[in-house]
Amino acid sequence: MSLTATRGSRRQSRYITLQVVLGILMVYFLVPFWWVVVNSSKTSSGLFGGGSALWFSDDIDYLGNLTQLFTYGGGIYGRWLFNSALYAVVGGLGATALAVLAGYGFAKFRFAGRRVGFAVLLGAVMVPATALVIPTFVLFSQAGITNTIWAVILPTLLNPFGVYLMCVYARDAVPDELLDAARVDGAGEFRTFFQVALPMLRPAVVTVLLLSVVSSWNNYFLPLAMLSDNRLFPVTVGIGLWQSTASTYGAAGGQSLWSIIILGSLVSVIPLIVAFLTLQRYWRGGLAIGSLK
Amino acid sequence: MLLTTAAPSEAATPPRPRRSGVRRQNATGWMFVGPFAIVFVALLITPLAYALYLSLFQKSLIGGTRFVLFDNYVKAFTDPNFLDGVWFVISFSLVLIPLQMAISLAIALILDLVTTSFARFSRLMIFLPYAIPAVIGALMWGFLYSKNFGPIADIFNAFGATGPDFLSKNLIFWGLLNIVTWQWAGYYMIIIYAALQGIDPTLYEAARIDGASQWQIMLRIKIPLVAPALVLILVFALIGTLQFFNEPKILQQLAAGAIPDDFTPNMYAYQQAFTLANSNYGSAISFALGAVVFICVYIFLFATRKRGSFLS
Repeated sequence: MSLTATRGSRRQSRYITLQVVLGILMVYFLVPFWWVVVNSSKTSSGLFGGGSALWFSDDIDYLGNLTQLFTYGGGIYGRWLFNSALYAVVGGLGATALAVLAGYGFAKFRFAGRRVGFAVLLGAVMVPATALVIPTFVLFSQAGITNTIWAVILPTLLNPFGVYLMCVYARDAVPDELLDAARVDGAGEFRTFFQVALPMLRPAVVTVLLLSVVSSWNNYFLPLAMLSDNRLFPVTVGIGLWQSTASTYGAAGGQSLWSIIILGSLVSVIPLIVAFLTLQRYWRGGLAIGSLK
Repeated sequence: MLLTTAAPSEAATPPRPRRSGVRRQNATGWMFVGPFAIVFVALLITPLAYALYLSLFQKSLIGGTRFVLFDNYVKAFTDPNFLDGVWFVISFSLVLIPLQMAISLAIALILDLVTTSFARFSRLMIFLPYAIPAVIGALMWGFLYSKNFGPIADIFNAFGATGPDFLSKNLIFWGLLNIVTWQWAGYYMIIIYAALQGIDPTLYEAARIDGASQWQIMLRIKIPLVAPALVLILVFALIGTLQFFNEPKILQQLAAGAIPDDFTPNMYAYQQAFTLANSNYGSAISFALGAVVFICVYIFLFATRKRGSFLS
């Protein structure tokens, strides 16, 4: 009895050390957020006025900065946010739909070319996405679709890793017997897929969707290369543009821009953070697909 | 009946027990895989083939476009701008990946052990940077590094010292290393953590009965069993780092002079294709980089195949 008690308390104290370690790590991982939250409340004079960089200045002016952010340049920031959402949702949904169908196909049917197809797919996972940007740009410019929304959405549809994840998941999560039972009951292949398999694939579907949406929302190289009209920019390219303008004019000329760049950065990360926090129970298990074996 | 009318190639492979739900149906199989296959051919195979094609030509003002076979590659692999970039991303990977793996593995092991609500909360917070676009993450750290409004300068000034300037030519390597570690360690941690959670707890019981300590359990059971997850992460990290672009591109203006246009191979390809309008040489660099990544990853997977990588 006393033995277990001492062991238990010793373990507890060890865990307190570990929790302090976790606390320190958390500070490291959150410092940039804190800096942005604090400094997006400052006016440009507060920002460059020499106050503490990690604490609020006397006048907290979120509202003023927000108004400035959403009215600067004719409200272009709102447009960027909308574009980011459009590219992420359309591209993400499309990529996920293609990945679910193909992953299920690879997992559950023995068709001619399946083995070769799967080997090619695995090879494609290793092809860096950015290596495709320049040739895709040249191809798209010949087809006349650079500088349109499609130039960003179409390449986003390609997600070989998503197919791989779906295939691995479908192989284990959907029992063949169940599919056979549905077929015996007279359901066609597509009805079997939609009514029997798809509900069982839900964790993987949410994961692939989340991964696709995140990679599209965070993409920078592709839209930077494809788009020249700033009204089509996603928020990453837009803020990058502001930042380079502000840096070029130096601290003096770019001062007014810095405060909206900082607030703009903060606003642009909120949607994904909310998505991750609310969808936690789906992605937590899902992210491990493909690494458990 | 389907079995007997199957394709002749089936005869060559040894007969295997028929898994009842797996159907030998070409048409249905391709109907599911088809839409993806079309996108795959249009947006992966075609651009790759086209990049290869473009890279075999050279454009000049006088001679127009002419076929030069591998001249662009000879040029690339003797071009110090390109080679310096390749050397940078390789050395960056060699420092970054072990560091990142060690951090994410350590955090995952701690979180596997400590199950308080504080630990659960910190898990989420450590993961959070993954949701941040690389561009914004780089910008945030750029602010922190900045002499104008960063706290690092403030803190050191308070002690009468000069703070390190992570945006200078000497320290930019470490500045970038910190940003990338910060961005990805949480994501990798979640993958390892999920793998740890998948381990059968009766293994720990058995080990404890045999007198194994917590350390022994960690080193002999936990780490070997999450090896496939580690391999997966390594592959991701390698692919991601070799095509390094976003962070240095964003910090380029903030770090005046420390990041040239040919800092990484991808930045160099971008400069060639878009600033200098030389898409032939840009394509050659892209294709060469793609090949380097592919070969590196393939060698790595081949070397670790016994560990149960995702190719097996």
